[in-house]
Amino acid sequence: MSNSNSLPGNLKYTASHEWVKKETDGTITIGITQHAQELLGDMVFVENPAVGRQLKAKEECAVAESVKAAADIYAPVTGVVVAVNPELDNAPEKINTEPYSAWMFKMKPDNAADVDALMDAAAYQSLVDNEAH
Amino acid sequence: MTLKQTPLNTAHRAMGAKMVDFGGWDMPLHYGSQLDEHHQVRRDAGMFDVSHMRTVDIRGEGVRDFLRYLLANNVDKLQSSGKALYSCLLRPDGGVIDDLIVYFMNEMWFRIVVNAGTADKDIAWMIEQATVRAPQLQITSRNELAMIAVQGPNAAAKLWLALPGSQKLAEGLKPFNAVEWDSMFIARTGYTGEDGFEIILPATAAPSVWQSLNDAGVKPIGLGARDTLRLEAGMNLYGHDMDETINPLEAGLAWTVDLVSERDFIGKAALVTNPRTRKLVGLVLQDRGVLRDHQVVHCSHGDGEITSGSFSPTLNQSIALARVPSAVQVGDTAQVAIRDKMLAAKVVKYPFVRNGKGLI
Repeated sequence: MSNSNSLPGNLKYTASHEWVKKETDGTITIGITQHAQELLGDMVFVENPAVGRQLKAKEECAVAESVKAAADIYAPVTGVVVAVNPELDNAPEKINTEPYSAWMFKMKPDNAADVDALMDAAAYQSLVDNEAH
Repeated sequence: MTLKQTPLNTAHRAMGAKMVDFGGWDMPLHYGSQLDEHHQVRRDAGMFDVSHMRTVDIRGEGVRDFLRYLLANNVDKLQSSGKALYSCLLRPDGGVIDDLIVYFMNEMWFRIVVNAGTADKDIAWMIEQATVRAPQLQITSRNELAMIAVQGPNAAAKLWLALPGSQKLAEGLKPFNAVEWDSMFIARTGYTGEDGFEIILPATAAPSVWQSLNDAGVKPIGLGARDTLRLEAGMNLYGHDMDETINPLEAGLAWTVDLVSERDFIGKAALVTNPRTRKLVGLVLQDRGVLRDHQVVHCSHGDGEITSGSFSPTLNQSIALARVPSAVQVGDTAQVAIRDKMLAAKVVKYPFVRNGKGLI
């Protein structure tokens, strides 16, 4: 199923299975990884944080619900929510089919260095590999 | 602890199943997509490995008398061979030990199919009762038998294809009737709200029958879809919608309890004496979100609790069974506490779906 080829190298990752993309305008885009969507199964509902909400790193801020279960999504860094993906309201299954383009929300981090400190693809891959054992 | 395996374990893995620990059994959750599997059963035909469920044969003189006392439903409704009845097995205080299907084969033999997680306690209870009332009976746990459910609008046609010769025997089977066919036992029963069959067969024969069904276009369906299918069909799940602390009248199962006949049965006195204060209703979520087990339901007549909640793939919205105060009526609006929000849900009659069609 998941292998290193499926992990985009240009993204950062969290231990709670969010991916984080640094945009050129200084914002970050957040979604959930291939591994996370596989564990959760068919997505049926996404609840995103309100735009403008201040989030602390590792704060519960969104929910992704599959038929099977509800999973909390955590803020990867401290910052403010600047956008949410309205497309997921009617098509949450996009998280299953295209996990790395079906983003959930965007943030403006307080401190750009916090983003650089997140895991790279290799570190996240070894975390996933260890979880499997 | 080593997980128990059904005779189809290798087949599940070969078909790409995601396996999970289901009450100590290593069972398929899905084979790729739970939603696709759900729709497959509503629109075509699917098969479930339910070999973890237990077949119990009770044989001997006076078996009908014994079951008349043991079960809350009345086995006197079973008069033709192969006829089946859904019933609860109750404690003296009315709590539900298990729900089951009992088949009348002949006056010397009734067959009972019980849930996997409760099988051992059920059999212990049956033996304890029989020791006192009917020591001549033989109660045999048929652990060597497997069980495959074939469900969906095309289940019958595909079963005929998969098992040549089955059509002649099983075509005329009415719902809740079974027939023996060599070493197999074919019942027109199920847990999905669709037409279909549950086939009890020797464990050794299960892999080849599973393969034949697959070759005939019956797709394998995991336990994930089994749960959403049964919930849409408004069928109770033991351990969720009722258990030993809940009586059948408060679990939407009054229709399975015979309080009309003179017959005495275990739990009857308690059911007659204790006033019913709660009932099981259906909920449809009006807001966006997903209803889940144990969420609190606020009604104008007091609080209740969701006993089974999920997303309905057929209706494309969230549905639930909930135990609420008896005064709550169909058409009422309730508020369900989901995380930090209160979401609106409508109280409805269930089943939610039957034979592929939404009823809400």
